Amino acid sequence: MKKKALSLLLACAMTFSLAACGGKGGETEAPAADNAETEAPAEAGNDAEAGDDAEAPAASDGAVIKIGGIGPTTGGASAYGIAVQRGMEIAVEEINGAGGIGGVQIELNFQDDEHDPEKSVNAYNTLKDWGMQVLIGSVTSNPCIAVAEQTYNDNMFQLTPSGTAVKCVQYDNAFRMCFSDPNQGLESAKYIGENGLATKVAVIYDSSDPYSVGIYEAFRAEAANQNIEIVSDAAFTADNRTDFSTAVQGAKNAGAELLYMPFYYTEASLVLAECSKQSYAPLFFGVDGMDGILSVENFDASLAEDLMYMAPFVANSDDEMVKSFVGKYQEKYGEIPNQFAADAYDCVYVVKAAMEEAGVTADMDASAICDALKTAMTSITFDGITGKGISWEASGEPNKAPLIVQIKGGEGVAL
Amino acid sequence: MKMKAWNKSTKSNLITYGMVIAAYVIMEILMKAGMVSSLLQGLLVPLCTYVILAVSLNLVVGISGELSLGHAGFMCVGAFASAFFSNYTKEAITVSGLRFFLAILIGAAVAALFGFLIGIPVLRLRGDYLAIVTLAFGEIIKNVINVIFLGHDSKGFHISFKDAFSMNMEPDGEVLINGPQGITGTPHDSSFLIGVILILITLFIVINMVNSRTGRAIMAIRDNRIAAESVGIHITKYKLLAFTVSASLAGVAGVLYAHNLSTLAAQPKNFGYNMSIMILVFVVLGGIGNIRGSIIAAVVLTLLPELLRSLNDYRMLMYAVVLIATMIFTSSPGGQAFRERYSLKALLGQKKQEKEAK
Repeated sequence: MKKKALSLLLACAMTFSLAACGGKGGETEAPAADNAETEAPAEAGNDAEAGDDAEAPAASDGAVIKIGGIGPTTGGASAYGIAVQRGMEIAVEEINGAGGIGGVQIELNFQDDEHDPEKSVNAYNTLKDWGMQVLIGSVTSNPCIAVAEQTYNDNMFQLTPSGTAVKCVQYDNAFRMCFSDPNQGLESAKYIGENGLATKVAVIYDSSDPYSVGIYEAFRAEAANQNIEIVSDAAFTADNRTDFSTAVQGAKNAGAELLYMPFYYTEASLVLAECSKQSYAPLFFGVDGMDGILSVENFDASLAEDLMYMAPFVANSDDEMVKSFVGKYQEKYGEIPNQFAADAYDCVYVVKAAMEEAGVTADMDASAICDALKTAMTSITFDGITGKGISWEASGEPNKAPLIVQIKGGEGVAL
Repeated sequence: MKMKAWNKSTKSNLITYGMVIAAYVIMEILMKAGMVSSLLQGLLVPLCTYVILAVSLNLVVGISGELSLGHAGFMCVGAFASAFFSNYTKEAITVSGLRFFLAILIGAAVAALFGFLIGIPVLRLRGDYLAIVTLAFGEIIKNVINVIFLGHDSKGFHISFKDAFSMNMEPDGEVLINGPQGITGTPHDSSFLIGVILILITLFIVINMVNSRTGRAIMAIRDNRIAAESVGIHITKYKLLAFTVSASLAGVAGVLYAHNLSTLAAQPKNFGYNMSIMILVFVVLGGIGNIRGSIIAAVVLTLLPELLRSLNDYRMLMYAVVLIATMIFTSSPGGQAFRERYSLKALLGQKKQEKEAK
């Protein structure tokens, strides 16, 4: 008796959810599910249309190019996903305002993946049901690897704004906008070595984060070539990232002249505070995750003075395109865009450039578009807000010059 | 006439098997007809995974009456052991069916081993110790896996607990387990058919165990430990048996999970505390001790957030509302009174019997 009542309730709940979705999207109402267990979900595909992220009004003849986005907009990594979503929205608005791609408007649908590979694949399938022709995503590395497997099987063009792990672009249909993890480690070691910043380096890294480990490993490999000695390395984990006193003490005792910090700015602010407490003042060198350190609440920005980090994007640059993007972003969302937003913004324009190069039209299916874009990507040269003259290898890696930013007088200045 | 000869539990069990098989047949027909969205097709294997997890946890929580909060940990162990095996033998065993079969056995065996080791000291105790220890196990195993670096080259295996460099591998070496980056490139061996077969095997094991002498002993311990002991039931042995079987089934679910995605990393999101609680929610919502309820709850609660995607950030809110509503409806005095007044029996009469059978 009890379980029968329960199954009825659950069936009701599901019918309700279907009705709610169908109604919102103005789609044909999904037929009421008479068997909650098996049949209800079959109708779910219709609901994908209801995503309210779609920006563009459809062009008058109904032909649109459907671009899908995937990233975490809820959960612990939501800051990155939301930034990407916003960056893409601004780019899509601009492109549609200027007449779209070859006269065809773009429609954008951004799905949440909660920074979970399984959810990311679900999001990808939802977008496929929606009719996505090109994918920009996923935002974070592990979900991106899982989705890349699917896009490869479906021959769907994929451009990730910020999936930095090597395997994100292991297939020929996937490209990335950002530097890969090894690339960042390599470039930072080269920069330190070639500019003679230091010979004794201490590293603190997040051993539970693939991003941090990936960079550190490449840094370490290149350090040997650059005559840099790693005198101390200390790892922390996601569960243990508030107290850095031992790590800093270790670096200090080893006499390191430079502290390399391949992780995100929230932890970096704590490391900087700890160093100041122990009156230890080496050079500080970070990676692109450092972008945003000046916006940390209750953080004394003077501690970050002279901090150097690699960044693809500097918000206060004099570049016209950057200025325009930052202005629009601030006006719309009331905050300064970070590198994720910038990468995402460029991604949409890269897709546009590649599509124009390949002569893609809205009536082509995803697989044909993918084949066309794969070749077009390697022949375009792209000027965006995260770099000028960017070109792509067939392997999916971008060729762009790394930018080193140093904090001077409370703001980041490109060196 | 023949139906009458069967006792009530046999009939109920047959309905449970029938439900799973019917669900499979319906989905296959719909897929052949091209009526299934990609989203749902992608969800089929995860659904099987969660159903197995829910049924296996129900064995501990419902039948044996202990609280386990580390089921995601057993899943994690099974997933990593099997993914490691599959990656290592990717070239050696090219028949994916055979490789996956071995992977399932390995996943189940390793998870059972961990379940056994944890059970030995803890199941001798009374009270909530199992909950505490399994909770700790789930968190610890996640962190342990995150520091394991394991590679293979011409000289054999290399292992390090620091970083990939410390393994000093030859240039031809391949890193199989890469610390927090986990295992990538696991072959995609899971399929809906295998998932359903595994569910049926799980059901077969659990249901037969419950209806056997062993199951009655386990339930006797749950209901009255002293009485059970006084009639000569070996308490620790039976509890350990139930717990080990449950852990190994969770390991099987982990195998299915690992071979469905090309990337496997022990993140709080997939193998953390929240995952264990989610499985417990399936069990509690489906009815503690009710196997069929666990299956339905696992399916519904996995589908719900995906079907509510169009509500964006409000979907998790809806999820919570559904959970609370179900709890009130099934358990509160008001809800029970409501159910009696509008009883399904009165409303639907014979109809619901057919529906249930479907």
